[in-house]
Amino acid sequence: MIREIQVKDITENIKEMCINVNYSLSDDMVCALGKAGKKEKSELGRQILDQLKENLQIAEADSIPICQDTGMAVVFLEIGQDVHLIGGSLEEAVNEGVRRGYTEGYLRKSVVGDPLIRENTKDNTPAVLHTRIVDGDKIRITVAPKGFGSENMSRVFMLKPAEGEEGVKNAVLTAVQDAGPNACPPMVVGVGIGGTFEKCALMAKEALLRPVGSHSEIPYIKEMEEELLQRINMLGIGPGGLGGTTTALAVNIKTYPTHIAGLPVAVNICCHVNRHIVRII
Amino acid sequence: MNKYITAPIDKTAIESLKAGDYVYISGIVYTARDAAHKRMYEILQKNGNLPIDLKEQVIYYMGPSPAREGRPVGSAGPTTASRMDKYTPQLLDLGLGAMIGKGKRSQEVIDAIIRNKAVYFAAVGGAGALLSKCIIESEVVAYDDLGTEAIRKLKVKDFPAIVVIDSKGNNLYEMAVKEYRRLEETEK
Repeated sequence: MIREIQVKDITENIKEMCINVNYSLSDDMVCALGKAGKKEKSELGRQILDQLKENLQIAEADSIPICQDTGMAVVFLEIGQDVHLIGGSLEEAVNEGVRRGYTEGYLRKSVVGDPLIRENTKDNTPAVLHTRIVDGDKIRITVAPKGFGSENMSRVFMLKPAEGEEGVKNAVLTAVQDAGPNACPPMVVGVGIGGTFEKCALMAKEALLRPVGSHSEIPYIKEMEEELLQRINMLGIGPGGLGGTTTALAVNIKTYPTHIAGLPVAVNICCHVNRHIVRII
Repeated sequence: MNKYITAPIDKTAIESLKAGDYVYISGIVYTARDAAHKRMYEILQKNGNLPIDLKEQVIYYMGPSPAREGRPVGSAGPTTASRMDKYTPQLLDLGLGAMIGKGKRSQEVIDAIIRNKAVYFAAVGGAGALLSKCIIESEVVAYDDLGTEAIRKLKVKDFPAIVVIDSKGNNLYEMAVKEYRRLEETEK
């Protein structure tokens, strides 16, 4: 059975999601920040973690975005193959949702229309849209605005297969070490391993959407996530990069089959304002 | 050590600050980020006049989210300072006293900080809602067309920041990270 969905429903949902996600963090992130405050060894580090908690409370109570960088809107649509979209263009509907959300929600317009000419589009469009056709007759919408303090510190490494697991771990540690205070630690580290150049980058972004505290279903990848988190927290970078034992809140890894000649690794770093929100329509 | 300072900030006050000091800034600071810096740099290339006199002033690397009715600004946390590194030494040579941002600076900037007895503060990145509470007034004074990237004159009260690079070139990012890296290793 074909199910018809009006694209204006997508617009409306994306508008609300852009606003909500910029004013309050998901429970997993709030919980992880709370736990970090109890474990942090540096006094200044604890003071900064307290400020971040207070910042979240002020944002929600006074309707001020958590961070002034309300991000470039990254939108994932998983569209059921039995869905028929009606009433207009899907891409325009997504951008209209972003436009309304960022305008009505007092969110910062941080997008320039051409990467070199750099004129602000003044409505935060276009979004970065990733669509995937899946089974079923529903649409799963994810909105994940991405700030660029941490996005700028993200990396892709095209490793040799011989570099193996150690090579992957070193790549992740190198990216985090180089990011240091620039990426607004404590960070969440999304890692994509395998696929092709663009596939591993997309997986690293998708890995950031997974709740902090959950793990990969592949046992050795779960172990790698835990080991990397521990080693990252031994780098000494700490909250705000001002020294301490809380440099990352989580390392989330996604994997995919790859070519006999390659071992692509992407590291997408997100600050402590790791925003993501999901709705199914 | 907690210190209360006023902005603009003179050399004596700057020289009394040490990397690691926690400061509360009150007074006037100017916002400028990527696009405003590029414009100022281009003006200086052509020997023109800047829209603001930088002497002893504090520049805050920040582009706020829009203000709601009745408020001076929206969310207002620091942006990454290193993107301004290309333009900063020249501004310091013109008398700029201090910068507030987040993240590392280039060696050229550190040299200019020492040469001019300036200071680099970090505010907590991603705490824009909290920091906005310390901003009492905001007025666009140049480059209105740049939107969030315009130069704003802010009146701040007890704005919290940390001295990261002091006038002697001591760098808290390097000092503090080393301290905690060692701590973890000895515990193993």
